[in-house]
Amino acid sequence: MNITIPELSLVTLIGASGSGKSTFAHQHFLATEIVSSDVCRGLVSDDQLDQSATQDAFDVLHYIAAKRLDRGRLTVIDATNTQAADRKHLIQIAREYHCLPVAIVLNLPEQICRDRNHLRPDRQFGDHVVRRHVQNIHRSLKGLQREGFRQVYVLSSIEQIESVEITRQPLWNNKKHESGPFDIIGDVHGCCDELETLLQTLGYQLKEHTYYHPEDRKVIFLGDLVDRGDRILDTLNLVQKMVAAGSALCVPGNHDYKLLRKLKGQNVKVNHGLDKTLKELESLDESELRSLQSFLDSLISHYVLDQGRLVVAHAGMKQAYQGRGSAKVREFALYGETTGEIDEFGLPVRYNWASDYRGDAIVVCGHTPVPAPVWLNGTIDIDTGCVFGGNLTALRYPEKELVSVPAQKVYCEPIRPLVSESLLSIQQQDDDVLDIADVTGKRMISTRLYRAIAIRPENAIAALEVMSRFAADPKWLIYLPPTMSPVETSKELGFLEHPAEAFAYYRKQGITQVICEEKHMGSRAVVIVCKSPAAAQTRFGITDSRFGICYTRTGRPFFDHLPLETEFIDRLRSSLSATHFWDEFQTDWVCLDCELMPWSVKAQQLLRQQYAPVGKAAQVALTDAIALLEQAKSRGIEVPLEQYQARSQLAQQYRHAYRRYCWSVNSIADLKLAPFHLLATEGAVYTDKSHLWHLEHMAKLARSDSDLLLETASQIVDTTNSESVAAGIDWWLSRTQQGSEGMVVKPLEFIPQSRSIQPAVKCRGQEYLRLIYGAEYSLPQNLERLRQRGLSAKRSLALREFALGIEALDRFVAKEPLRRVHECTFGVLALETEPIDPRL
Amino acid sequence: MLLTITTTHSPATDLGYLLGKHPDRFQSFDLSFGRAQVFYPEATADRCTAALLLEIDSVKLVRGQATTLDQYVNDRPYVASSFMSVAIAQVFRSALSGQCKDRPDLTTQEIPLQAKLSVLPCRGGEGFLHRLFEPLGYTIRATQHSLDEHAPEWGNSSYFSVELTATTSLQTLLSHLYVLIPVLDEDKHYWVGEEEVEKLLRHGEGWLSSHPEKAQITQRYLKRQRDLTQAALVQLSAEESPEPISVSYDSEGSEKPISLNQIRYETVIASLKKSHAKRVIDLGCGEGKLPVQLAKDPFFEQIAGMDVSHRSLGIAQEKLDRLLILESQKQRIQVFQGALTYRDRRLENYDAATLIEVIEHLDESRLAALERVVFEFAHPHTVLITTPNSEYNVKFENLRTGKLRHHDHRFE
Repeated sequence: MNITIPELSLVTLIGASGSGKSTFAHQHFLATEIVSSDVCRGLVSDDQLDQSATQDAFDVLHYIAAKRLDRGRLTVIDATNTQAADRKHLIQIAREYHCLPVAIVLNLPEQICRDRNHLRPDRQFGDHVVRRHVQNIHRSLKGLQREGFRQVYVLSSIEQIESVEITRQPLWNNKKHESGPFDIIGDVHGCCDELETLLQTLGYQLKEHTYYHPEDRKVIFLGDLVDRGDRILDTLNLVQKMVAAGSALCVPGNHDYKLLRKLKGQNVKVNHGLDKTLKELESLDESELRSLQSFLDSLISHYVLDQGRLVVAHAGMKQAYQGRGSAKVREFALYGETTGEIDEFGLPVRYNWASDYRGDAIVVCGHTPVPAPVWLNGTIDIDTGCVFGGNLTALRYPEKELVSVPAQKVYCEPIRPLVSESLLSIQQQDDDVLDIADVTGKRMISTRLYRAIAIRPENAIAALEVMSRFAADPKWLIYLPPTMSPVETSKELGFLEHPAEAFAYYRKQGITQVICEEKHMGSRAVVIVCKSPAAAQTRFGITDSRFGICYTRTGRPFFDHLPLETEFIDRLRSSLSATHFWDEFQTDWVCLDCELMPWSVKAQQLLRQQYAPVGKAAQVALTDAIALLEQAKSRGIEVPLEQYQARSQLAQQYRHAYRRYCWSVNSIADLKLAPFHLLATEGAVYTDKSHLWHLEHMAKLARSDSDLLLETASQIVDTTNSESVAAGIDWWLSRTQQGSEGMVVKPLEFIPQSRSIQPAVKCRGQEYLRLIYGAEYSLPQNLERLRQRGLSAKRSLALREFALGIEALDRFVAKEPLRRVHECTFGVLALETEPIDPRL
Repeated sequence: MLLTITTTHSPATDLGYLLGKHPDRFQSFDLSFGRAQVFYPEATADRCTAALLLEIDSVKLVRGQATTLDQYVNDRPYVASSFMSVAIAQVFRSALSGQCKDRPDLTTQEIPLQAKLSVLPCRGGEGFLHRLFEPLGYTIRATQHSLDEHAPEWGNSSYFSVELTATTSLQTLLSHLYVLIPVLDEDKHYWVGEEEVEKLLRHGEGWLSSHPEKAQITQRYLKRQRDLTQAALVQLSAEESPEPISVSYDSEGSEKPISLNQIRYETVIASLKKSHAKRVIDLGCGEGKLPVQLAKDPFFEQIAGMDVSHRSLGIAQEKLDRLLILESQKQRIQVFQGALTYRDRRLENYDAATLIEVIEHLDESRLAALERVVFEFAHPHTVLITTPNSEYNVKFENLRTGKLRHHDHRFE
């Protein structure tokens, strides 16, 4: 006997004790697919036969079944299930997860069951139990279908049971093996003229009255073929032929379904354009009507395509319903969800399911007419209201390109006007407020560069505080720069950091060409400049007429003062315009990675509360001490005067070191910005370009406004060539001796070949390090101890933050929802709260 | 780092006996945090100066197991601080306890003394310095240092070079310095526990109980630990007259919190009752002051507190555990972390939301998000918001015109 069951179903075995349910289950299903009441009894009580544990055991059984079905796994219930009440609960669970409940009854005579039980020492619970089971089953058999089992198989003999073969059938909606390419077309509503034009535009050709694509593309019709338009029958014919020929798939819309019910003779209200359909149908004869009816009846409510990456349905499909089959799923596909309210036009208010959508599959749907198709959380509505005088739109998949043809006329006046009320796109409106559930708790963020990166809950807690109290509007935060590791500690006399270590590191990693870039003496700044406030609105969803921002590495705005920020961004915008940047890169926004000077702009607090006071205290105390020591020395006492003179000298050097970073800023004329990465523009993240390319473009920009912008000095070093290495070291020595902070060494390529190679290491100058390790760090007894420092945690962090930063840019440029971008920048902030030596 | 003590007592070199350190030697003593060195820049019969010069090993203090310091760039090696007090107690142990092996007659003698602290951090300003030392009979000369002479616009540092002159016993002078240096610096490099109360009482004997600033001194010396301060003050009062003890703790900002804040809470609670709000969520609950008051009132059935600061929430939870005794009170209340710029489903289904002195902590550009989170998504029936208005500062004696009431306020 062959039993065919849906691949995702809840298989309920029904049989008396001793009927062989467990044996049957294990013959036909995976051990992990079977949930047995005996096993659950054992789980909660250590005794599989402890009847007092039955209630708890079934709680566990139901819980496991629900979890499995939620995850889309076929599940077999191995329990007697002889009573309707027990089965009812299982049917409820199947419904909740939109899976089909299947009953397989092992309907053996009482005697066989009893004999089997007698052979088992653990089953001595009296014959009356088995008798009751068998009686219950007999009473239930007729009603199983009515109880809600979609398929019922009754096996009434040992031979029948032994002959069973079970076939699992994919659901009708499962077309995961079809990966396109597709052209998905929104609501046609009888606009056949436009449909034909659109098909031709898409490259379809008419062959024997049916459209085919020479490159084997396939159309997917999103339903609502009928009603309102002028050529409804033509549309139905065209679609029907293409589906029959295999050059199209079609899902039904609510209008098509209503027509089907009408054809089946059900009483439906003739409105919303159905009258026009019925009028055209008058020309059909009986058999044509029957053929139409069976076509409409054959349509599957939604499809899951391309390995689960694409889902199509008329009104949309939420994640929990994808690939499931139930009345509710079908209803959702046809109508979507409504809030139960009625709007001012008398139409039901549709609940925007896409706003909550967090699934990985792209969902393409129609149903709700929109002025222009818009992506929202990976879903897109492409019903552009052709019949209302809008457009007929196709989405090319996997290209994600939109192709539209305009309506030839207004066939029907829309009840609700098609214009959008907001200045922002639907995605931007949806992104206006982020959901805390999308950032807190333990999270895994998948990235292109580093696979998945884990964010721990305690780090997210700390990041939430920084993000919500100090950071700029998350809409601007499309990138946060990673932390950077220093070079390995140098053993050179008098040095804690030395460039030889940087070159040695990259040489060891097999990287020959590195670039040394001057480390500017300022603060890291991410700068976004838009061509206009309108561009900021379209691309960033910013509506307060700002057209750019400058923020710190923790996402905090640099300028408290808006007019200064505006002036600053405007200056940059002028430079970008003057260098024809917008045209060259075909963009109206840009994101730059920079250093902003002076450091004192952002570090004012630190300077006044730490750097300056320490310097002053050192100077006063050491000067006083030296005077007293000299006095004592003049009395002929042996004192360590030289030692204090040396310390005083170091304190002086320390004060010089921090003073280099400070000048007062009264206007924009006092600022300097050194851009060194051209991170992204519309449609592009420039991580595929070498650092030379970045510096070259940034230098070009800098030359156009040398009062504000600084070029970044650089030098290329061949790590395998000792002369070149020596030149690199000299370059660093001479620059740091002149007071430079140090340099950053990077592989020439923006993204190193191996994901374990640091994208950059810093090598800080001897004097600068006084600001990190204290004025007197260079004293031999201090230096010796400071050399003991571990870099591995810092380096691992740098790699993960680098990957997250790039991922954020990638996602923003790919126009993903803000929460997907924010997840990455939030992740960088969260990682930054890891306890790592802040001096590294 | 540097303290000098000078006397013009005749013969001035008696100072050597008093301190127990020979005027013609440079001596060095190992301490846990480095070294203390004693030497005499001058030692004549007319005038004798002893110098106590500390070498504090900051690398060790940052890297050591105890990690006493968390920054290498630190003023501790250069200023007078609790390190100095410890050094006085160890290097001048006998002088501090009023003993002198060779010349016991000298110990109680009042002699002209001058102490100089090369760099003394005075948190609380020069006025506070005077209020501390003047009642003890000192003539004070203090020079305040700028932060950096190259950047005059940065203004002054909190460091002073201080000269204290008085005719007193050396033991008294050292006791004063021992207690008051860390009081002015408002910091201690070690854990302050109960034994610290005993130290304070011992070194404050004979002068602290009658000092007009004794409450401040006690509070600061004990790092503002309430229980310790209270214990010390009770014992100090027992020495003195039985006057009632009151210490006011101003927590944050310059606003006197006790009166105004409590009036605010009472108004909020009355308004909540008036709007029949039984389920209330306090958004930005801080350390949980309002939720605790609500929980004690049986009118309120369900109470929640949300704040972005994990630290504050820890204190709030601790407070709830401590102050709410009844299980029924505890069950009605919960606190959790969240931020008002993110939509949060946990904020839904309350009758009322309160935002007490919260919105001014957000940048104005983020308020639109807060509006949507509170009014559109959380959507309680009633929302109560309070926020300071600096225009009303004139009405309060202790609030300055045009000055924000808290450094984190973005607007008022």
